[in-house]
Amino acid sequence: MYDEKKLEQIRTSFTDWDENKVGKQLSKHPERKETFTTGSDKKVERLYTPIDISEMDYERDLGYPGEYPYTRGVQPTMYRGRFWTMRQYAGFATAEESNKRYKYLLDQGQTGLSVAFDLPTQIGYDSDHGLSEGEVGKVGVAIDSLRDMEILFDGIPLDKVSTSMTINAPASVLLAMYIAVAEKQGVSPDKLRGTIQNDILKEYIARGTYIFPVEESMRLITNIFEYCSKEVPKWNTISISGYHIREAGSTAAQEVAFTLADGIAYVDAAIKAGLDVDDFAPRLSFFFNAHNDLLEEVSKYRAARRLWARIMKERFGAKKEKSLQLKFHTQTAGSTLTAQQPDNNIVRVAIQTLAAVLGGTQSLHTNSRDEALALPTEDSVRIALRTQQIVAHESGVTETVDPLAGSFYIESLTNDIEKEAMDYIEKIDNLGGAPKAIEKGFIQKEIQNSAYKYQMQVEEQERIVVGVNKFRIEETEKKELLKVDPHVELLQKKKIENLKSTRDNDKVQEALEVLKAKAETDENLMPFIIDAVKEYATLGEVCGVLREVFGEYEQSVIL
Amino acid sequence: MNIEERLLQGDKRACARLISLLENNDQKAVDIIKRQYHKTGNAYVIGVTGSPGSGKSTLTDRLTKELRAEGKKVGILAVDPTSPFSGGAILGDRIRMSDLALDKDVFIRSMGTRGYLGGISKATWGAVKALDIYGCDYIFIETVGVGQSEVDIVKMADTVLMVMIPNMGDDIQAIKAGIMEIADVFAINKSDLDGADKTKLEIEMNLDLNEKSDYRPPVEKVSAIKNEDIDTLLQKVRDHENYLKTTGKLHERRRRNLKVEIVQLVEEELLKLIMQKALEGDLLEELSHQVEKRIQDPYTAKERIISLIRE
Amino acid sequence: MDKPIRVLVAKPGLDGHDRGAKVIARALRDAGMEVIYTGLRQTPEQIVAAAVQEDVDVVAMSILSGAHNHLFPKVVRLLREEGIEDVLVLGGGVIPEDDIPGLVESGVEGIFTPGTPTKEVIEFIKENIKRK
Repeated sequence: MYDEKKLEQIRTSFTDWDENKVGKQLSKHPERKETFTTGSDKKVERLYTPIDISEMDYERDLGYPGEYPYTRGVQPTMYRGRFWTMRQYAGFATAEESNKRYKYLLDQGQTGLSVAFDLPTQIGYDSDHGLSEGEVGKVGVAIDSLRDMEILFDGIPLDKVSTSMTINAPASVLLAMYIAVAEKQGVSPDKLRGTIQNDILKEYIARGTYIFPVEESMRLITNIFEYCSKEVPKWNTISISGYHIREAGSTAAQEVAFTLADGIAYVDAAIKAGLDVDDFAPRLSFFFNAHNDLLEEVSKYRAARRLWARIMKERFGAKKEKSLQLKFHTQTAGSTLTAQQPDNNIVRVAIQTLAAVLGGTQSLHTNSRDEALALPTEDSVRIALRTQQIVAHESGVTETVDPLAGSFYIESLTNDIEKEAMDYIEKIDNLGGAPKAIEKGFIQKEIQNSAYKYQMQVEEQERIVVGVNKFRIEETEKKELLKVDPHVELLQKKKIENLKSTRDNDKVQEALEVLKAKAETDENLMPFIIDAVKEYATLGEVCGVLREVFGEYEQSVIL
Repeated sequence: MNIEERLLQGDKRACARLISLLENNDQKAVDIIKRQYHKTGNAYVIGVTGSPGSGKSTLTDRLTKELRAEGKKVGILAVDPTSPFSGGAILGDRIRMSDLALDKDVFIRSMGTRGYLGGISKATWGAVKALDIYGCDYIFIETVGVGQSEVDIVKMADTVLMVMIPNMGDDIQAIKAGIMEIADVFAINKSDLDGADKTKLEIEMNLDLNEKSDYRPPVEKVSAIKNEDIDTLLQKVRDHENYLKTTGKLHERRRRNLKVEIVQLVEEELLKLIMQKALEGDLLEELSHQVEKRIQDPYTAKERIISLIRE
Repeated sequence: MDKPIRVLVAKPGLDGHDRGAKVIARALRDAGMEVIYTGLRQTPEQIVAAAVQEDVDVVAMSILSGAHNHLFPKVVRLLREEGIEDVLVLGGGVIPEDDIPGLVESGVEGIFTPGTPTKEVIEFIKENIKRK
């Protein structure tokens, strides 16, 4: 981007500045630390100049928003056309209460729904299962059958909202229920908009809510790709996630690398199942973390977009524009929230929001200040939403597209992260792909090492966490926290009892038997899952059948 | 009731406590073993060895389940390396045996090597006896598994089961020397991977070259995670057990191992005595200073220490 | 070698977030302790069975899903039913301050919430283990 003569001049003047001006300053006033690093422990130089990005070519490496390689954004007008979707993850206890919270949020200006399910639901167990004891309704809503789903979306027009469901192992079943509810509302599947997370590989890596073994899980995922490409074309069938990988302790480059490696595995699986890459790739979406180091995060998103575009084009030969575009949802980093002086978290979330927006996210969830302690109160959630609204309407960062482009530091860091991620992906390729790398524990080990290093840095005060290892106070002020009604478990159990006595149990049995038979073949299971849920088979019953046929994933732990 | 009484009644806690005392070199524990030693010799000991990542724990879990189906009582000692720097260890083999945790006739104990080289820990010897007295029919010892330093498992086990995975490539060449001699049964785990047949062939070829007496170690392909061919593998282990028992070789083998154990115990005790003397009044410190300054040589230093024992 | 302290690190219930448990396990190992790590999805019964067989000095559990009020005391109760009174029981994770007194009363002697340095956990164990 600069001519060689100019660069030479800059090299000379830089050296001059560095040795003299800086040298003099240092002898009077040393810098605060020996080494300066990003949030991911990457070395940061004192100053960045055109020299650091001298190899760059504007058209080749940056291009224009909405054009390959999409470094500057997937859309030509970005937030000038439309703000990102403000989508707050919510859902707790019962479907009735969650329904109320959704209506509240929609009233307050939220533009999309995001459903959080409780752990038993995420792992395919009904509320009356032994392992569900103590867990029902705690981290999200308990959905035991289509009946609960109907209550969850009661009065919410599914043709008017876009719903994101954070569900992975039993995604097929919850999606089937959503389609069934819509049908009852008179809304045909082709009108439905939304996302299911449906990313099982990251469950094995970092999140832990898996059910079936890898191969069988991939089968369900490709079934969903295929079914939706025909019947539910507006639905985003997977949200390939880096958020949890980062939360588990990875660096920014690892977040990109492992997420994209998972993405490659899904594309491989779908192609192997006979799908054409351009048929499903446009509906792939991603989910990233928004961490503290604002500049590193912005660079990360840009690197991810460029790298994915290149991978889709060069590795998979995708032709459609939409196949090359990395669209993503972001959540601010839960692991950065402190239990100490919780109001500080509002500030952290604001910085992380800026990072996501300057990075070009398509939708955003902002955490509430009290989430290191419990699920958020209504007040805390409102502040979190307002944070997004203030950045959107008052900060000015949305008035032009990709404003930080051209910054010597940002472009240099974007290049570095892309390179580091590519190296990791190559390593993973050599191990046989993401599923094999997971089996061998390679990805998990990398993450654990980063996590441990981080913890030691905090304990040695090499990394400051305000309120935790510096600027502490005597914590006396108690905050109002949300309490989950312990009777939820009892309520859900009663509901199940009631359901089982009022539904047509013969039809349920029949549907489950058909599903079992089909699971043993190669057929797409979606239609049969839909049939079963329509008869009010419970989630546990449907997953139980699949557990029988597929077996369960056995954890391998590498410490 | 004390530990000994409870142990004889099949109390898990007592057995667990006894093993801890043995690990901590507690004389009370040794006395219990002494008194109950006549009860040992019933348990059949299977050493499970192989490289890290070969699936030893999962395989042990599956073999145990097969034995449980026959009503046998099983003990499992899972050994993992102790960090030479901190003296601590992460013992994670239980994870792959989660189901067995609640089985009343299965006892699983994780042990750190605690500085002992050879793939097992010094207390493993004692732990095996404890499990024997407790009433186990079979005892699995899962070693650390780093290849050539596995040799100690031979001194403890009746059958040594070597677990390998396909495509070890150059690794096979490197560890071939040690392995071929000590393994009684070979299991090629993760048999669904490419190269399983090739690996089996390689091992068979090596066995051809190392014709060892009238027993030829079988090479079985299995998939622990898929629970395939576990029964066949167990049968091969049983075959070896029967071979040893019917030919009288079991007694021979155990006598040889016990001889080694006795020598080991004597060596340990003598070393302790010598070191106690040598450490009295900083003698060792003094000597090492002198040797470093070339006032004395190491051989004369040795003679001085030894002479103290003779006194 | 001095006899190392033996610690069972367990994740009861369905919560799959194990970053903290793994960091603690490693820190305890680096402090010279033998750590038996059980992995995810442990029922209280499995945790207690492991604690018995491993004859541990400490049982340390981590839950981030809110199920601590039910699961932690259950583990303590089952340990007592086995006649075990000399094991130090610790809990960590996302635990609101209000819940802490109840947990301590039920027998969980140390609760370590987000932001606790691993050193603090190590010190607490060394100062409070019951068997010497």
